[in-house]
Amino acid sequence: MRIYLRILMVVAALSLGTLFFFPMWKIYLEAPQYPEGLELHIWINKLGGSSDHVLQNFNILNHYIGMEAIHPESFAELKYIPYIVIFFMVTGVIVGLLGRRNLVLYWVILLAVAGAVGIADFYWWLYKFGTNLDPTAPIKVPGMTYIPPLLGHKALLNFNALSLPAWGSIGIFLAIVIGGLVYLLSRRKINST
Amino acid sequence: MKVIDRKFKMTAPGIGVLFTLMAGVVLQGCGGGEGSQKSDAVDSEASSAVYVPPGQHDEYYSFLSGGFNGQVSVYGLPSGRLLKVIPVFSQFAENGYGYNEETKPMLMTSHGFVPWDDLHHPKLSRTDGLADGKFLYVNGNNTPRVAKVDLTTFETVEIMEIPNSAGNHCSPYPTNNNEYILAGTRFSVPLDLEKGGMGDASLEEYKDKFRGSISFIKTNEEDGHMELDFQVLVPGFDYDLANGGKGPSEDWVFFTTYNTERARTLKELGASQNDRDYLAAINWKLAAKYAAEGKAHEMPANYYHNTMDHGSHIAKSNVIKKVRYLLPEECPGMMYLIPAPKSPHGIDVDPTGEYMVVNGKLASSLPVFSFSKMQKAIENKDFDGEVNGIPVFKYESVLYGEVKEPGLGPLHTEFDNKGNGYSTMFVSSEVVKWNVKDLQVLDRIPVYYSPGHLMIPGGDTKEPNGKYLVAMNKITKDRYLPTGPELVHSAQLIDISGEKMRLLLDFPTLAEPHYAQAIAADKVAPNSVKFFKLGENTHPDAVKKESDVSVTRNGRTVKIKMTSIRSHFTPDNIEGVQVGDTVIFHVTNLEQDWDVPHGFAVMGANNSEALIMPGATQSLRWVPKQAGVYPFYCTDFCSALHQEMQGYVRVSPRGSNVPIKFSTGEKRPVPPAQASVN
Repeated sequence: MRIYLRILMVVAALSLGTLFFFPMWKIYLEAPQYPEGLELHIWINKLGGSSDHVLQNFNILNHYIGMEAIHPESFAELKYIPYIVIFFMVTGVIVGLLGRRNLVLYWVILLAVAGAVGIADFYWWLYKFGTNLDPTAPIKVPGMTYIPPLLGHKALLNFNALSLPAWGSIGIFLAIVIGGLVYLLSRRKINST
Repeated sequence: MKVIDRKFKMTAPGIGVLFTLMAGVVLQGCGGGEGSQKSDAVDSEASSAVYVPPGQHDEYYSFLSGGFNGQVSVYGLPSGRLLKVIPVFSQFAENGYGYNEETKPMLMTSHGFVPWDDLHHPKLSRTDGLADGKFLYVNGNNTPRVAKVDLTTFETVEIMEIPNSAGNHCSPYPTNNNEYILAGTRFSVPLDLEKGGMGDASLEEYKDKFRGSISFIKTNEEDGHMELDFQVLVPGFDYDLANGGKGPSEDWVFFTTYNTERARTLKELGASQNDRDYLAAINWKLAAKYAAEGKAHEMPANYYHNTMDHGSHIAKSNVIKKVRYLLPEECPGMMYLIPAPKSPHGIDVDPTGEYMVVNGKLASSLPVFSFSKMQKAIENKDFDGEVNGIPVFKYESVLYGEVKEPGLGPLHTEFDNKGNGYSTMFVSSEVVKWNVKDLQVLDRIPVYYSPGHLMIPGGDTKEPNGKYLVAMNKITKDRYLPTGPELVHSAQLIDISGEKMRLLLDFPTLAEPHYAQAIAADKVAPNSVKFFKLGENTHPDAVKKESDVSVTRNGRTVKIKMTSIRSHFTPDNIEGVQVGDTVIFHVTNLEQDWDVPHGFAVMGANNSEALIMPGATQSLRWVPKQAGVYPFYCTDFCSALHQEMQGYVRVSPRGSNVPIKFSTGEKRPVPPAQASVN
């Protein structure tokens, strides 16, 4: 593998590092009483938001419909995902150094699968919070569930929820795309020689 | 009445009197009952000039004093919309100020708890001579006090009582970098230099025993609280208003005086005998130097200094027992007297710092004094005698010139950025625009009715903004729909950007605004606190988690540490209180979101509600007098289930054996079979 492809592979691995600096996903909530909006930020290791207290404010609003309070401690994922990311970064760099084309492919496929599992897990949580409602909740709308959108927007009573991947996810996307490119380009070089 | 007639005949130019009489006749002739039908036609573009579309913000914050309501009203300009009422010297049942345990010490004085005052003059804190938007200083006139309002929270954070003062009217005047706030006494009183404070004297001894005082208060804004550094004990006149110099006159502060006759009774006559009273000029820098260099004497005193702790929101009082003072006769060069037309009211210094305008309310002309001429007169010792060892200038040697026939009853002047002065005329009910250099009257506009102060944003500083002028009027009559005998006061917003003044808006104001200040919104708005951080709440009785609430008895006092959050109190069932107990509810608002205050009120409380901002704690004292089950509830509509935000305190007869018990919610029952019911 040519040196620039190896460098690209290392870049692909390192681009996962954005996950440590930016959230993976953002859920925006908008309501008449919240002109400034409420943002919940999902990181690989924590939950954050547009202010320090966004989780408390989410929970206050959610308790009226009987949604369970969201606490970062209840997500085991937040503890082990950082290690998975580090694993991919380290192995990606090693793959780049070794310059083995097949390893590039395995790495990309594994990363894509991990990403998909992550999104499925995310949806499972959304579903769980949105449907597991306290039957003694003050506000009960027959038949209504409150699963926030995975991607795009959805109206939930007075809130308009919008869910979008954030810069962190773009790091994963870049890692997959660049890794894929390295795989494809290295093939063409082999063919042309 | 004859007296007043005589006064005006003596002082007002004949033409002016004739003019007002004619105007009176014309107005009578119109006879219309509605203000809008008068000839004060407002041009059609005025409405768009003051229209701030829904959801948009005003260009300026303005702070209007409330006079006899002891508060400050905050209005947006140009819309004239009321944004807030800040309680300062008065109890305010609306948010518990002066009623709850935390703020009661703010209103303590050497006379005990004084829950009211007459608030006249707001002044913004300054950096390099310009308003910096950090603090607002205000005076309490009746029981002499100076207060500081923090403009990040719009809350009163400090109140200092002024000893040796009576009627703290010419107050508080900040120097250009907040080195000092100056506060002069309106009433002179007999001072007992041995024992301290006011002494006993016969009123017949006024001339010999009565003295005035001018207080020099250090602001210590960067790292501390206000501190009364020293006072200057001045002749026993009445000190009316003050204003600081700027530029070349930066080291000086000027005070108008009246009753230099030192009359003790029927002052409307007695204080109007001398043709000239004085404008007192004090070199504050030199005074501070004299005080620092050991010229100051010390006397016993007894005055309160109340400060609000930033973290706990608890006010505490310090009683200070001595005060330093300077005697002008021992401090050469510190104080001079400029003869001014009889009983002057406002003193205003133009943006260049060269011209001092004295608004002689009974005078027929508006004298403008020159600072450079004053400097020269000091150099040449161009004096005309002295009073109590204080040199008096010759009128002509410091006079720049006079504005002839400006109108009747000039009270106050402010300036624009184009070299013009604007003066209010109380008697002829108008604002008059004149050029400071050539002293010619340029324009006049009627206001409704009888203006006192006027305010141009920055109009008292070296950089006025020449866009708006607000006239604050003493008489309202027919300006608004009638509301019985007691009416609000009226203010008019006037466009001063053009050659001609243009009336834009008429808006009602609370109680009696005297002076006002305004500042560009972007100097204040970005620093406005949205809520208090619970983590930084250092109140000793705050509880930050629902699991930490408690109800404890200590003798006949029951302390309830409780929390509020949408939409419940914890605890909301309380038992074990007995008739006659002193119950103190310490309520912490656990919210950490913008604009979610919770109120707290309990039946039969002899004070007010508590209104607790997110992250803060307030304490309300309650002594139940009869057995029963007393409801308490949230008074500020906080959420969709606000109406459910309520609880009960059981009060048992004295000596009963009901134990202390408290709870919120019941143990969770097994969920019913069906998840949702149609």
